[in-house]
Amino acid sequence: MSDSALATTPLHAMHVAAGGKMVPFAGYSMPVQYPAGIKAEHLHCRAAAGLFDVSHMGQVVVSGPNAAAELEALLPSDLIDMPIGAQSYSVLLTEQGTVRDDLIICRLTEQSFYLVVNAGCKHDDIAYLRSQLPSATVEYRAQHALLALQGPAAAAVLTALLPVVGELTFMHGCAASLDGVALFITRSGYTGEDGFEISVPAERAVWLAEQLLAAEAVKWIGLGARDSLRLEAGLCLYGHDMDADKTPVQAAINFAINRVRRSDGARAGGFPGAARILAELDGGPASQRVGLAVSGRAPVREGAELLDGDGQAVGVVTSGGFAPSLDKPIAMGYVTATNAALGSELFARVRGKLLPVTVCKTPFVAQRYYRG
Amino acid sequence: MSEIPTELKYASSHEWVRLESDGSVVVGITDHAQDELGDVVFVELPEVGSALDAGAEVAVVESVKAASDIYAPLTGEVLEVNPLLEDEPETVNRSPYGDGWFFRVKPADLSELEQLLDSDGYADAIA
Repeated sequence: MSDSALATTPLHAMHVAAGGKMVPFAGYSMPVQYPAGIKAEHLHCRAAAGLFDVSHMGQVVVSGPNAAAELEALLPSDLIDMPIGAQSYSVLLTEQGTVRDDLIICRLTEQSFYLVVNAGCKHDDIAYLRSQLPSATVEYRAQHALLALQGPAAAAVLTALLPVVGELTFMHGCAASLDGVALFITRSGYTGEDGFEISVPAERAVWLAEQLLAAEAVKWIGLGARDSLRLEAGLCLYGHDMDADKTPVQAAINFAINRVRRSDGARAGGFPGAARILAELDGGPASQRVGLAVSGRAPVREGAELLDGDGQAVGVVTSGGFAPSLDKPIAMGYVTATNAALGSELFARVRGKLLPVTVCKTPFVAQRYYRG
Repeated sequence: MSEIPTELKYASSHEWVRLESDGSVVVGITDHAQDELGDVVFVELPEVGSALDAGAEVAVVESVKAASDIYAPLTGEVLEVNPLLEDEPETVNRSPYGDGWFFRVKPADLSELEQLLDSDGYADAIA
């Protein structure tokens, strides 16, 4: 795809002015980094606050008198009992029980839900939702930008502008008005830090970004550091750590399958691929995603083959790189069930060499969500 | 604008070469290359004594972003590798033409130097 065919977000000119190195990503021209560089941006987000343009992601509102029940036929979540303002991590599924996309869903009202889906999947997701939901309407909020403010200083920065957000706890959202501009704010993100995602009308996105960047603690963070931050937080990147070949149980995101939808729950199953997913939850998957501690200094990256001590292939790395907060390489990958126990000693093949890696728990860096 | 010293020779694959008084050559990567790669976190260097073929992959630079191959600018034998890069790979970003050098080679045929770019040629190549 040529650059001229790329879409831009409402903040594009601001990224260019800030020295952002623009790259194609999911059909958009997005900043992979700014002059500070990925490592400095990453460390800044962990130490203060980072501002991310995530406007390329899909913001979707599903509404209708029966929206909760209709969405429960597609998602393994507890939506019927979800309180207004609560937010949950979930997945869209294929009939085989594999992951079509991962998303977050927040209940706006009794009859409406706000979803944020991956940029690369959004058009397919919207078409899928429209074809599958019997009566609920699906509104694509293409005219809204999305900003993520993440890091230990995020709450102080945002509450100084909007005191009401101080009352939000992790995975909750609320509507708010700043200088007459209608925002929707959730206390969530994908860095492992406390922080917020702020939906803003496209024409006020630059204004909002300027308000946030006026705080000394806040700096732009590009896609490069977004990736290293989410990897340290042990979070899956769709298309890499999971895709339509993996079930959520294999992807070790069992928390996306809420208790009420499990085998012993009041509304067990009833979502695509439920039979397979519930069987895997109860009996364990044949292979699963694990964290990998890397012994040496050489990064172990996506695609590296994983072998056991006898040289037998047991899996593959799906995300890997250098963890700036830990000053060492880390990785995630899929391994067969017999090799998935914490402490399992394996090898990753990198440029023909076998590098020792150990199955470890994730997150690699402690999450600092604000739970009140 | 990146720095391109006039006394060095360059490969279009972004390695620089400096001829020493003893006839050996020192090889590293250019300021432009380190800037494009971003924060260097690991450098895999060739073994001392190994034979290099001009144009062949000889080393790997890993940045936070990605792994990139480094190519041998000349044919020859590796005499020495930079020991600093094992513990302080970020030296490549800080000093690409100085402390961040990669390896020293005994060239098989010094006339291969003539086939490399001069600083103007490299400046054009990255323009």
